Amino acid sequence: MENLAAGPPIITLRGVSKTYRRDTIAVPVLAALDLDVAAGEFLALMGPSGSGKSTILNLVSGIDTPTAGRVVVAGVDLGGLDNAALAAFRARHVGFIFQSYNLIPVLTAFQNVELPLLLTALDRRERRQHVLDVLEVVGLNDRSDHFPRQLSGGQEQRVAIARAIVSDPSLLVADEPTGDLDAASAAEILDLIGRLNREFGKTVVMVTHDPRAAERAHRVLHLDKGVLVEAVRREQP
Amino acid sequence: MTRYLPYILRNTLRNKRRTALTVLSIVISLFLFCTLRTVITSLAASLESASSARLITRRSTSLTFMLPVSYRDRLAQIPGVEDASWMTWFGGIYIDERNFFAQFAVDPQRYLELYPEYRLTPEEKDVFRRERTACIVGEKLARKYGFGVGDRITLRGTIFEGVWDFTVCGVAYPATPDLDTNWLLFNGEYLNQRMGDFGQVGAFVLKLDDPARAGDVARIVDATFANSAAETKTETEKAFQMGFISMLGNIQAVIYALGSAIVIAIGLVSMNTMMMAARERTREIAVLKALGFTDRTVVGLVLVESLLITLAGGLLGAGLARLVFGLTDFTAGGFFPSFTVTDGTVAQALGIALFLGVVSGVAPAWNAARLHIVDALRHTG
Repeated sequence: MENLAAGPPIITLRGVSKTYRRDTIAVPVLAALDLDVAAGEFLALMGPSGSGKSTILNLVSGIDTPTAGRVVVAGVDLGGLDNAALAAFRARHVGFIFQSYNLIPVLTAFQNVELPLLLTALDRRERRQHVLDVLEVVGLNDRSDHFPRQLSGGQEQRVAIARAIVSDPSLLVADEPTGDLDAASAAEILDLIGRLNREFGKTVVMVTHDPRAAERAHRVLHLDKGVLVEAVRREQP
Repeated sequence: MTRYLPYILRNTLRNKRRTALTVLSIVISLFLFCTLRTVITSLAASLESASSARLITRRSTSLTFMLPVSYRDRLAQIPGVEDASWMTWFGGIYIDERNFFAQFAVDPQRYLELYPEYRLTPEEKDVFRRERTACIVGEKLARKYGFGVGDRITLRGTIFEGVWDFTVCGVAYPATPDLDTNWLLFNGEYLNQRMGDFGQVGAFVLKLDDPARAGDVARIVDATFANSAAETKTETEKAFQMGFISMLGNIQAVIYALGSAIVIAIGLVSMNTMMMAARERTREIAVLKALGFTDRTVVGLVLVESLLITLAGGLLGAGLARLVFGLTDFTAGGFFPSFTVTDGTVAQALGIALFLGVVSGVAPAWNAARLHIVDALRHTG
């Protein structure tokens, strides 16, 4: 499934298959899938549960490997990387936004956002400045000392987004980012993700069941039984 | 790894009660370890303080049988013996049985000269030789009971029955801190006279011209009294003291067995704690790995957390042992001359804590490294 409208792809999947094993039973999820995602694109993946949406997200973010085929992200062929190189790739290129936020409960908002920067060569002062900058972007600079339990769901997700962008990755992968939120908070989060895409040029690949969330994307792809079908394409979401 | 320290510390204190209980169990076990090992080092120290320039001659059959005091002059004539003196174990009770300390009736004329490592003034020695009921107390005993020159000490005899009154004429200070000073010496003439000039002593102390000839001299001494009514057994002071210790059985083996059992038991407790802590954080570890933390970094985080807990326990346990035995002047009723937790014991305790930390952390760290991110992110709980 090529992205015909945009520039050079930041994500290229060619002939990608993924089969999971449950005990002795092989469960095919993706079969010979092709996909291109342009740099700066906001792509939504929709489809029924078990259709392989999250599997695509896992493959392009380098936390899973395909059974067959080639995955190239930001010019890096992920197939040739060992665990340490994949970790370095994720740290450099990928920001994760999870459905259930996945913040570390014993760390403050500031410390949670700082985590990816601990992997960089930045000193303490530089890290602090980066963290404060992104907390301001997500509108939570007054909550930096709060623990996750002291924040609302929407605020937690904003901290998670700050954590995802603090190391300035080119790609944001979001798995049902509004799945645990009420409508108002969900809209705020989608606004924020849209802003990151528009103003900061982040490429966004988002898995969602929510049509209102998908409306924010440039392109919506439906996945059914391992086959991608383009449903919507917009110049301006 | 220092930049991760705030994260590691927060994790360590995540379940404060569990961490506190784990640290406490390590504190107790390493306190016990330090105590048990100090038993060994204290006994070894008492042997070290024994001189190789002195021989002890006692009855060949048993320490409980005595030798004629007349042997002294014959012993002093043996080639290689520079001087000879005698002592007798008194075994009296001071107030009640709990106040145990060593008491010896000694040759007032020569005994003190054979032990120059205990410092006394010439005046104190002079009074000891002259006064029938004079006694000398070691510094530690004097400190323990507040004895000073001129004080009266009353002992109730067990081997030599009756009530025995003594007057302190001096306090003996050790030349080196490892020397035992938890004892009382009194003028042996007092014992001899009250027992009706019985002319018997417990053992002789022989000062040698040349410590290298100790073996030869001991053989000559025993040969001199062979086939007599009171045959002798002569050995170095160190071997003589070792004989006392061996009466207690194989202490070292028992102590090491106990120590090992304690360490293994606590190792399992600590391992269980770390396994539980890591299992509870399966999802968080997966998130860290997704963010780009390498397997090696995750292993380091788990291991350092484990080490922090066990080293805290080790430091507190060893520190507590040092503090308790340092402050209380513990001697197990005078059995140990100096019950001091040595630097070596503290180092061993910390070594064990380090070992426990690594052993406890290895399994959860290994699991964390092998964790498959996608599977773990599905993990609930």
